[in-house]
Amino acid sequence: MSEMTENNQNEIAFSSRQYLPFEESVAAIDERIEDLKRQGQTNSLQGQNAQEIRAQQVNLTALLKQIYSNLSPWQTVQVARHPQRPILSDYLNLLFKDVRQMHGDRAFGDDPSIVTALGQIGSQKVMIIGQNKGKGIKEKVVCNFGCPNPEGYRKALAKMKFAEKYNIPIVTLIDTPGAYPGIGAEERGQAQAIAVNLMEMSRLRTPIVCIVIGEGGSGGALGIGIGDRIAMLEHAYYSVISPEGCAAILWHDGAKAPVAAEALKLTAKDLLKLKLVDSIIPEPLGGAHRNIHDTVYNVERYITRTLLQLKRVSLDKLVDDRYEKLRNIGVNCARAMETTPQPKAEKQLEIPERLSIEAQLRQKEMERI
Amino acid sequence: MGKKKKANWNGFSLKPRKEMPEGLWLSCPSCKNMLYKKTVDENLGICTECQHHFRINGATRVEQLVDEGSFEEIAADLASSDPLEFTWGEQNYKDRIKVDPEQMNAHEAMLVGKAFIRGRGVMLAVMNFDFLGGSMGMVVGEKFCRAVDRAIAESLPFIVVCCSGGARMHEGLVALQQMAKTSAALARYDQAGGLYICVLTDPTTGGVAASYAMLGDVIIAEPKALIGFAGPRVIQQTIKIELPEGFQSSEFLQEHGFIDMVVHRKDLRSEIGRLIDYCGK
Ligand SMILES: [Zn+2]
Repeated sequence: MSEMTENNQNEIAFSSRQYLPFEESVAAIDERIEDLKRQGQTNSLQGQNAQEIRAQQVNLTALLKQIYSNLSPWQTVQVARHPQRPILSDYLNLLFKDVRQMHGDRAFGDDPSIVTALGQIGSQKVMIIGQNKGKGIKEKVVCNFGCPNPEGYRKALAKMKFAEKYNIPIVTLIDTPGAYPGIGAEERGQAQAIAVNLMEMSRLRTPIVCIVIGEGGSGGALGIGIGDRIAMLEHAYYSVISPEGCAAILWHDGAKAPVAAEALKLTAKDLLKLKLVDSIIPEPLGGAHRNIHDTVYNVERYITRTLLQLKRVSLDKLVDDRYEKLRNIGVNCARAMETTPQPKAEKQLEIPERLSIEAQLRQKEMERI
Repeated sequence: MGKKKKANWNGFSLKPRKEMPEGLWLSCPSCKNMLYKKTVDENLGICTECQHHFRINGATRVEQLVDEGSFEEIAADLASSDPLEFTWGEQNYKDRIKVDPEQMNAHEAMLVGKAFIRGRGVMLAVMNFDFLGGSMGMVVGEKFCRAVDRAIAESLPFIVVCCSGGARMHEGLVALQQMAKTSAALARYDQAGGLYICVLTDPTTGGVAASYAMLGDVIIAEPKALIGFAGPRVIQQTIKIELPEGFQSSEFLQEHGFIDMVVHRKDLRSEIGRLIDYCGK
């Protein structure tokens, strides 16, 4: 896993590659290269083709660089949702060793859309928590397309508490369109499950590293997203509401999603500027879906490095710092300067009709004396 | 705006449904009776015919809840810094949140302060639906946390009245993170041994429901309030079947084990007072 030499050795095979609408020109070059390779195998044009292939590859690199360094926010959302983007199961297979899934919330069931597992990264034991979108339609349905139910969040918390008890750092890999909006989810307290996770994660006494690897869909993402470091893959997104939902509400037109995506400042770069995210983990040229191994490698390096830093901090300080960070989000409120309502001078504080119990008791005492 | 009423929804609220219309008379959305507005106002904003609880604004709520004149507001003049410089269509957020000093409701979406409820000193936070649908942004989060800090410092019970459609999307992820910020503050408050009572009123949904609204030591709801994570419209669009009668109502939540008690607005003061006494705070 650690030596990545040949840069295209781990790319997804051309035959199964899927392209996003704005990748048409990429597809054309890919196809041309593929043709040349095929020809080269069957006739004697090898030398000539090899040269042409190299030229095309230079073109391709330039093109990918050009497209992927200028992705619009909406294009970023599309990349984050790419059907071939590495998902949790890829990380479990490629990044962590000795993975042991732990099932169930001990109350209702085992939600497959959140996976909780023990595993190792290098020699470091970790508790891995993440939403799993599933591969192939059958698995996707089982995983509810990565939209967790309350039992998923409760399972996550149960396993995180286990990790806390045994001083195991927690790594959460976030990838969800959002928590599931269904009847059962409401009956079983989706809101309560997420709320409790937010409160408990803020004070868990073990290092927590959170990484948005694909979609950071609102409260459903935040439900496993409180930690000491928050990172995002370069083309992941993290938002208070889906661009489609925002467009439907504010523009009264779901088709305005690209405009909404722009307004919501949901890309890793924007969120880093807003100081809501600590780091951006680079993706390989052409996005994570073009080279899963390189992506996983970059994530691995980030986790290893970050855990090393966090382990040097005492638990007391760790939890205090985590709180301070949260407490400071949005602390720089403006003052409603010129529009500040005039202090109501006439409305002086009056003594309440009834005093607090303490005061009452004190008064009683006085009376007795 | 040739479309139906829906087109008027500005993303902040479902206001047209249950808002108390201006004027002398209003129609009860529940029993359809025409009611004299003054009578309803004097009745704590409750329909005299069917006990429907109308939505009331933050200032009115404070007035109803606390001992007269005892509310001492803190952090009153906070305003959002518009972190995303959010614009949509012809509108922009900065203009939308300008408060009118002449208006009673220049309180953002939450008012916090120290008060007495039936003689018991408390920190009180009341959400104000009149301000952008009570949506939670940086100001709500900051006011909430300052109230918690003060409640810890002075060992006061902390009472929150929720009335909100959720996080304010115009502040993007900053708004979403207020869920984390408020919940983390409550963790501190919990560790300090504070008594936290939340009162859920119509509506309590989205990011507010999925953070401090559901973290009360005691959770009270007003009758027939809409309470839930996802809005009914979103759920219906997702699952494409009719939602059951009474789904996501206070009573529904109580039945499913997420609310301690459903309390009539008239009894809120006494109930809160009693709870504070029980907990010896
Ligand atoms: Zn009525």
